Amino acid sequence: MDFDLSDDQRQIKDSVDRMLADAYADLKTKAAAQKEPLGFSKTLWAQYADQGLLGIPFAEGEGGLGAGPLETMLVMEAIGRNAAIDPYLSTVVLGGGILRHAGSSAQKAALIPDVIAGTRRLALAQQERQSRYDLADVSTTARAEGSGYVLNGEKMVVLGGDSADTLIVVARLAGAQRDRGGIGLFLVGGTAPGVKRTGYATQDGQRAADITFTDVTVGAEDVLVGKSGEALAVLERVTDEAIAGIAAEAVGAMHALHELTVDYVKTRKQFGVAIGSFQVIQHRCVDMFTMLEQARSMAYYATMMASDENATERRRAISAAKVQIGKSARFIGEQAIQLHGGIGMTMEYKAGHYFKRLTMIELQFGNTDHHLRLLAKAGGLIAPAAA
Amino acid sequence: MDLRFTPEENAFRHEVRTFFTSEIPLAIRQKVEVGEHLAKEDMVLAQKTLAKKGWAAPHWPKEWGGTDWTPIQRHIYTEELQACSVPQPLAFNISMCGPVIIAFGTEAQKKRYLKPMYDLSEWWCQGFSEPGAGSDLASLKTTAVKKDGHYIINGQKTWTTLAQYADWCFVLARTDPDAKKQLGISFILVDMKTPGITVRPIQTIDGGHEVNEVFFDDVKVSLENLVGMENRGWDCAKYLLGNERVGIARIGMSKQRLSRIKQLAGKVMLGDKPLMADERFAEKVAAVEVELKALEMTQLRVLAEDAKRKSNMPNPASSILKIKGSEIQQATTELALEVAGPLSLPFLPDEADFGTGDHWAAPAAPAYFNFRKVSIYGGSNEIQRNIIAKAVLGF
Ligand SMILES: Cc1cc2nc3c(=O)[nH]c(=O)nc-3n(C[C@H](O)[C@H](O)[C@H](O)COP(=O)(O)OP(=O)(O)OC[C@H]3O[C@@H](n4cnc5c(N)ncnc54)[C@H](O)[C@@H]3O)c2cc1C
Repeated sequence: MDFDLSDDQRQIKDSVDRMLADAYADLKTKAAAQKEPLGFSKTLWAQYADQGLLGIPFAEGEGGLGAGPLETMLVMEAIGRNAAIDPYLSTVVLGGGILRHAGSSAQKAALIPDVIAGTRRLALAQQERQSRYDLADVSTTARAEGSGYVLNGEKMVVLGGDSADTLIVVARLAGAQRDRGGIGLFLVGGTAPGVKRTGYATQDGQRAADITFTDVTVGAEDVLVGKSGEALAVLERVTDEAIAGIAAEAVGAMHALHELTVDYVKTRKQFGVAIGSFQVIQHRCVDMFTMLEQARSMAYYATMMASDENATERRRAISAAKVQIGKSARFIGEQAIQLHGGIGMTMEYKAGHYFKRLTMIELQFGNTDHHLRLLAKAGGLIAPAAA
Repeated sequence: MDLRFTPEENAFRHEVRTFFTSEIPLAIRQKVEVGEHLAKEDMVLAQKTLAKKGWAAPHWPKEWGGTDWTPIQRHIYTEELQACSVPQPLAFNISMCGPVIIAFGTEAQKKRYLKPMYDLSEWWCQGFSEPGAGSDLASLKTTAVKKDGHYIINGQKTWTTLAQYADWCFVLARTDPDAKKQLGISFILVDMKTPGITVRPIQTIDGGHEVNEVFFDDVKVSLENLVGMENRGWDCAKYLLGNERVGIARIGMSKQRLSRIKQLAGKVMLGDKPLMADERFAEKVAAVEVELKALEMTQLRVLAEDAKRKSNMPNPASSILKIKGSEIQQATTELALEVAGPLSLPFLPDEADFGTGDHWAAPAAPAYFNFRKVSIYGGSNEIQRNIIAKAVLGF
């Protein structure tokens, strides 16, 4: 076992840390970025590209860095540490993940170089009004027509979906609404005829959209998973990678929030003393620290297992990690606000930004209870002793 | 001992419920029910309706619009008010400043202020907290200096709830800079239109505009606006904070929230069954219901005991009501967030149909964020535990 970073990894970490610490040093800059037409800073996105960060998980042959979940973790952790709002998760982790695992060489060649260059953003249009956390629950339809398909349906809260250049749409080819088979994946232009997007800000300051597809035609070249209907395995795999990603992001946010809180209780004076001198506050900070370290351990575990070839083992590990992340995020977020008092309740101070993002992380890609159910159903992490 | 309500009490419950549901406009009550922000006019209309009936401040003396209800009747009233999603009469007027003026004010002050306070013709805000004085309120620095027959007020208040609507502010200011902490503070009524007052909005994490900073720059106030004795404002403040416990547990509100949660969880599907049919979720809801029932019984015991108490000092049990009441309120917002699940992500502050139809999930996250405040204000839960520790354990 080796928890140390290689030189290359350290370089990635240093560069993304520096870039985001600069960009997000001031909450006013963040607010200004949110007011830009895209809802985030275009200039900063170009910097992600310049630093090579958008190419991390893609193969060298496609112009990428050929790196893995660990390098992605470093970027996501920095995003969390700075409460950044850039669409890295939607474009590189989710959209890029689908392309990597399901794209043909022609599709990869057509799209990935632009993604790496920062000129094409992706979004995964998967979630539906009723689907909640069930990836197999798909009612959007794909009807075969000629050599391609026609899509109809509605997707909700598509991360980064409001301005993505290319949407990756999950649609049902055959079977009932929650069948595991019969699901396809299709590339659709963000402004293609029949695509209607209602964009909005999310609670954590990022962007998303509800998108309807009305008789949207997809040519044969834009079918990622067609007739076979075997998209679910890809979706599960990419979702697991995304969970490993937001686990790292959560750790970044929790770490920063814990530091902020400890600094605050050391300096905030009431009754003539620092509030950190009260033992109840000290113990609370200690409990937060414990929750942080437990979460960090599970984020590492998720990163390690995200590329595991054994899907059953991988999914168990990811569920376990998401449970710990959800519990830690809830506790640290709530206690940080409590220990800050009134100042924790305002958008003018960073604590609230972390708290809100952490709250949303708990709800994304399956909340704590969802993953507890999955894990329990899969038999947990430890096998029972033989009788 | 008989823990059941009497037939008279049940009849009374029916009477108040009928009034609330027939006289307070449904549109307003629905906003409260789904968690939408109320407009100023909504709150004014609701309170005026209660005032007309003589029910805006049941715990006030009858001559100022109060009632001669028993503590149990008052409890039933509050519970029904919250259960019917009627906007709570403005606490700053009804639970805070009004009782202080009634207890410490002059006849002239009572005549001038109580009526418009009662029917919300005048909106009050609370100018206690300062950047450096929160839990340690007595360390406040705002000064009121006597000069040419006036007080000249200088300083800064913060977290002032809804100051943007307020006509008046009750301010704690230091009138004797040499006295120690609690001594030397006065309770002064300030017209928000007085020159020298600046209100700056603070955006809260739910995206709303609920609190403000209020700056006082050479604000000239008549000496007549002093309530009680000069330098003895702390007595007023202590009395006021004791009075805050009226309805602080918000039991009716938590009941209403839980029934809304169960309604929504009955519709949201978890695979092929409603979320409410999921054992794990149903057990979590039931666990909160148990806590709430226990708190309700505790509240009734406190009320019964209070009726017999002579002392003006708050019962330490009211700290239990605050701690448990706030924890339960927060637990309901967590459950609501769980029901909304991934659909709680959109931030839709301007949607006309916020909380309804397609956007039923939109208020879940803002409510969860916003309700973090209930364990911070009104004496934080840590401070409440300190109070109990002192009163019950003797530390
Ligand atoms: C939404 C909102 C609305 C408000 N509205 C008003 C209003 O209208 N008018 C008004 O005057 N004020 C208002 N307040 C202010 C509120 O009363 C204060 O926030 C509260 O008194 C806490 O003070 P503080 O925020 O300065 O936190 P601090 O006092 O700095 O406390 C920070 C943390 O330290 C803890 N702590 C402090 N002292 C101790 C101790 N001795 N032992 C253990 N722990 C301790 C606290 O519990 C808290 O967790 C409002 C606050 C909020 C959040």
